[in-house]
Amino acid sequence: MRDCGAASSAPTMGASGRTGQWRLRRPEIDQRRCTKCLICWLYCPDASVVRGEGRGVRIDYDYCKGCGICGAVCPVKAIRMAEEASD
Amino acid sequence: MVTLKELRQDELFLPGNASCPGCMLSLAIRMALKVLGPNTVMTVPACCSAVIQGYYPRSSSAVPTLNTAFAAAAATASGMSAALELSGRGETSVVAWAGDGGTADIGIQGLSGAAERGENFIYVCYDNEAYMNTGTQSSSATPAGAATTTAIRGKAEPKKDVPAIMAAHGVPYVATACAAFPLDLADKIKKAMSIRGLKYIHILTPCPPGWRYPTERGVDVGRMAVMTGSWILYEWQGGRYTLTGPSRGLLDRSRRRPLADYLRMQGRFGQLGDAEVARLQDELDARWAGMARRLEGGAGRGEAGPGE
Ligand SMILES: Cc1ncc(C[n+]2csc(CCOP(=O)(O)OP(=O)(O)O)c2C)c(N)n1
Ligand code: SF4
Ligand code: SF4
Ligand code: SF4
Ligand SMILES: [Mg+2]
Repeated sequence: MRDCGAASSAPTMGASGRTGQWRLRRPEIDQRRCTKCLICWLYCPDASVVRGEGRGVRIDYDYCKGCGICGAVCPVKAIRMAEEASD
Repeated sequence: MVTLKELRQDELFLPGNASCPGCMLSLAIRMALKVLGPNTVMTVPACCSAVIQGYYPRSSSAVPTLNTAFAAAAATASGMSAALELSGRGETSVVAWAGDGGTADIGIQGLSGAAERGENFIYVCYDNEAYMNTGTQSSSATPAGAATTTAIRGKAEPKKDVPAIMAAHGVPYVATACAAFPLDLADKIKKAMSIRGLKYIHILTPCPPGWRYPTERGVDVGRMAVMTGSWILYEWQGGRYTLTGPSRGLLDRSRRRPLADYLRMQGRFGQLGDAEVARLQDELDARWAGMARRLEGGAGRGEAGPGE
C-alpha cells in the first residue's frame, strides 16, 4: 500500500480478537433437520454462519458471538442455543 | 429484486469485529457491502460503525474506509467523489455511512450542502435512534416515548423525519429500509448505485443494549417496527413516493399490528402507560394519513414528508 501520510489499517478477520470468547450461548445446528435454505447465513450479523461444500452451513465458533439470531430466524428450528460451558 | 442466491458469498465486512452480539447495524453494513462490492470507498464519522471497524492497525472493513470527524461525513464524501472523478475513477461507489446523530443532528448542514450541490455519492444513515456509541443519549431521531440516558422518562419530542427533509431537497433518490429486511435493503442499495447524484438511504437498525431487548430478537423487533407501521419502507424518486416490501399492504389501518406489540418488546418503552401508548398510536395513524395523501398526490419537492 502506498504511504499516503495517514495511518492506514489492513483488513483483518478478528480485528477485535477472537470474539467467540464473548459467547454465553452456543448455536448448534442439527444437520439432519437443516434444509440448507441459507436463511441463517443471510441474517447472521457477524458473518459467522459459514457456507461449506455441498451447500450446507456450519458455525464459525472462533467469531460467533452467540447472539441467537440464527436460531430465531431458522424456519425449521434446526438451531438450538446451548449453554456455553463456563470455565 | 436481489435474491439470496445472487448475494456474493465472500464477506467484505469481516467477522471478529467489535459490534455487540446481535447488532443489527452490523447486519446492515454486511448486506450493503455485499451489494456494493469491492469497487467501493467509504467514509465513516465518529459512531458505533467507526468502533466496529476496528482500531489501527487492523480493520474489519475490506473496502477502503476513511474515518472522519463527527460532523463531516457528507463533506468528506464530496471530496472523495471529486478526487475519484478527477482521476478517472468515477465508477467507484462512494458511500458516506453515518449514524442518526451524525446525520440528523451534527451532520445535517454538510448533508444539506452536498444535496444542494448535487454531489455524486450514496449517503447512508443507519438509525439506531440514539447516540449509542457514547451511551444512549437522545438524538433528534430518537422517537417520542423512548427512554434514553438523557430522557429517563421517555423523550417528549417526535422523531425528526430526515428522509422527508432529503426529499424536500429534490435529490434524485431517497429510500428507507430496515436491517430486518436485508433483501429489500439490497434492492435499494443496488438502485442507488445506478443513479448519479446524491442518493439518501435511511436504515432502521435495532440495537439490543440501547433499545433493551434480548440479542436474539433483533430481526423480530425490526419486522415488528414495519408490521405495526411504526417504520415505513418506501422509495421517493422523481417526485413520487412508492411503498415497498410489507409496507405496501399496510395503508389499510386494520392490516397494521397495534403499535403496542412493537413498543412492548423493548425496555426503552417500558415506562409508558396505556394512555401514552394510545397517544403514540394516534400520532402514528396520523402519520399514515399523511403518507396516504402523498401517495395519491405524488407529493414532490418542497412538500412535507410522511412525518408531518
Ligand atoms: C464534535 C464531536 N462531538 C462529540 C463527539 C463524541 N461522539 C462520538 S460518537 C457520538 C455519538 C454518535 O451517535 P450516532 O451518530 O447516532 O452513531 P451511533 O453511535 O449511535 O452509532 C458522539 C457524541 C465527537 N466525536 N465529536
Ligand atoms: S449466534 Fe449470532 S453470531 Fe453466532 S452464528 Fe448465530 S447469528 Fe451468527
Ligand atoms: S436457517 Fe435453519 S434450515 Fe436454513 S440453512 Fe440455517 S440451519 Fe439450515
Ligand atoms: S451499541 Fe447498538 S448499534 Fe452500537 S455496536 Fe452495540 S448493538 Fe450495535
Ligand atoms: Mg445512533
